Amino acid sequence: MAESVSRGSSAVAGRQRSLEASGHRYGEKLIKAFLAVCAGVSVIVTTGIVVSLVIPTISFFRDVSAVEFFTGTLWAPSFANASFGVLPIVVGTLLVLVISLVVAIPVGLASAVYLSEYAKPGVRRVVKPVLEVLAGIPTVAIGLFAFWFIRPLAETLLPFLPWQGPFSVGVAALGVGLLIVPIITSISDDAMRAVPSALRQGGYALGATKFEVATRVVFPAAISGIVAAIVLGGSRAVGETMVVLIAAGAGNPHLTFDPTKGVQTMTAFIAGRATGDIATGTIGYDTIFAVGSLLFVSTLVLNMISIRFVRRFREVYE
Amino acid sequence: MATSGARAATAAALRSSSQRDRVIHITFVSMMIMALTAALLGLASLIIFMIAEGGGRLEWGLLTEAPSTIDPGRAGFRTAILGTLYVIGGVIVLIIPLGVGAAVYLEEYANPARWWNRLIELNIQNLAGVPSIVFGILGLAFIVRGPIGIGFVAAAGSLTLALLVLPTVILAAREAIRAVPSSISDGSLALGATQWQTIRRQVLPAAFPGILTGIILAIARAIGEAAPLLLVGAVTFVTFNPKFLSDGYSTLPVMIYQYSNRPQDEFRVLAAAGVVVMLILVLLMNSFAVWLRDRFEQTW
Repeated sequence: MAESVSRGSSAVAGRQRSLEASGHRYGEKLIKAFLAVCAGVSVIVTTGIVVSLVIPTISFFRDVSAVEFFTGTLWAPSFANASFGVLPIVVGTLLVLVISLVVAIPVGLASAVYLSEYAKPGVRRVVKPVLEVLAGIPTVAIGLFAFWFIRPLAETLLPFLPWQGPFSVGVAALGVGLLIVPIITSISDDAMRAVPSALRQGGYALGATKFEVATRVVFPAAISGIVAAIVLGGSRAVGETMVVLIAAGAGNPHLTFDPTKGVQTMTAFIAGRATGDIATGTIGYDTIFAVGSLLFVSTLVLNMISIRFVRRFREVYE
Repeated sequence: MATSGARAATAAALRSSSQRDRVIHITFVSMMIMALTAALLGLASLIIFMIAEGGGRLEWGLLTEAPSTIDPGRAGFRTAILGTLYVIGGVIVLIIPLGVGAAVYLEEYANPARWWNRLIELNIQNLAGVPSIVFGILGLAFIVRGPIGIGFVAAAGSLTLALLVLPTVILAAREAIRAVPSSISDGSLALGATQWQTIRRQVLPAAFPGILTGIILAIARAIGEAAPLLLVGAVTFVTFNPKFLSDGYSTLPVMIYQYSNRPQDEFRVLAAAGVVVMLILVLLMNSFAVWLRDRFEQTW
């Protein structure tokens, strides 16, 4: 008995090891460095975008005064007697932004309120994937749909408007509106579902109707998420290219607020210009980057606003 | 007297919903359902319209015939489909290591107190919102011309699109990795595994379905992108089969756009048929990704 115990204990003693690390883990450090480089690619990309935009923009502003650029109302960079007032294409982008939001906000928010407060779970299970499908449709398809279907439909329904030519920025904006509805709906829906049910229960306990709870308790409580959703949708509308290229066309260098006309947006201009082969270093080439910088800065500002709002709604409830 | 008055007041306050409340409720619910239906109707009419326009033109020749501007009856999308395959192949090869690697670094290794890690996170969040055409500008300035300078080739398209969808992949992979409970990795570390061994053998396999879903969704998005590729050389109307590193390529959405620019009606039908093919492809991929996500969703 005593022998087996001592043999047992010596066997254990033989198997004992130091619990220190047996050596430096160089492989681990290498892997960590590689992974850090992968993550660092994002910084490289942003730097690349900024650098690629800034250098030609500086060269552009050496030839064109900033005052003319930002306040001029004639945009004709490829004409012999070139004019570089950027307002027409900025107004084009703004028209798309405003009209698409006017369409998408009611549809998107109403759908979100319905999905989060009123819909039965079965309806939600079907509708949410369908909205994801809408979000996944390539923008070329939406552009062609707007150009071939929505435009004739709009002319039939509203014949009294001064339609002219096949392009129309209002129709393009309707297409963009359809495109951003899933963004607004899904983010608002998430924001409203994040509101604790205790708030709703409190409302019901005080005798509120479902409508009152939805509009006066849940909606205000989720407002920062809803604002984030709208701003993100707007940012997407500003940056959308194919829909406006197809349906609003190469347009008009003249400043106009008329949605029935074809008006070029900043994105359509960039796409239209750069597909021709323009020599590097000419002012025509630099215009692409000047407008690109303007576009990048505007969407950056919109996105930062949206991130700020998302952070606020996350903090309050999580 | 006072009590009966109080009782009447309480009864009035606690009464079941009045006529007015019922009307408000019905109106509100109908407006919401109308809004939702408007969105769904938009989607449905898009799909039905494209099928109606291009459905008659659907045939295998669409996939096997070369494009032609002279004979729309025999034109096809072959070169565009090959171009899409090359470009998307390049995108897949790039986003899997870069995206999963970045996500693993940010979730498992990075110390969020360090400023450079916060800078990386901020960058990824911003890049997710940059318009796709700005990536085209980046590609034009750096990949086609500039330092990398490979010209208007399919590889340039791959690089540009990979950078475009990278934030999406990183976001999805991070969510998937975050969903793996720390007890799994703690247990592995407690048994003596190194951090990388834990990640490679426990965390990544557990997060795999979520990561795969993210990658498939990113690819589905890349397939449908046209704007950045217009700037990076996909615009040339190619009638020859493209190669990865030689001049000239086109992808499906770009060629659809080019066909749609032509005035003749047959080209419109051809473009619509191309849209139907593209929609089928994208919808199949999205449904597969969603099915994957639902099927392999694990509750720990």
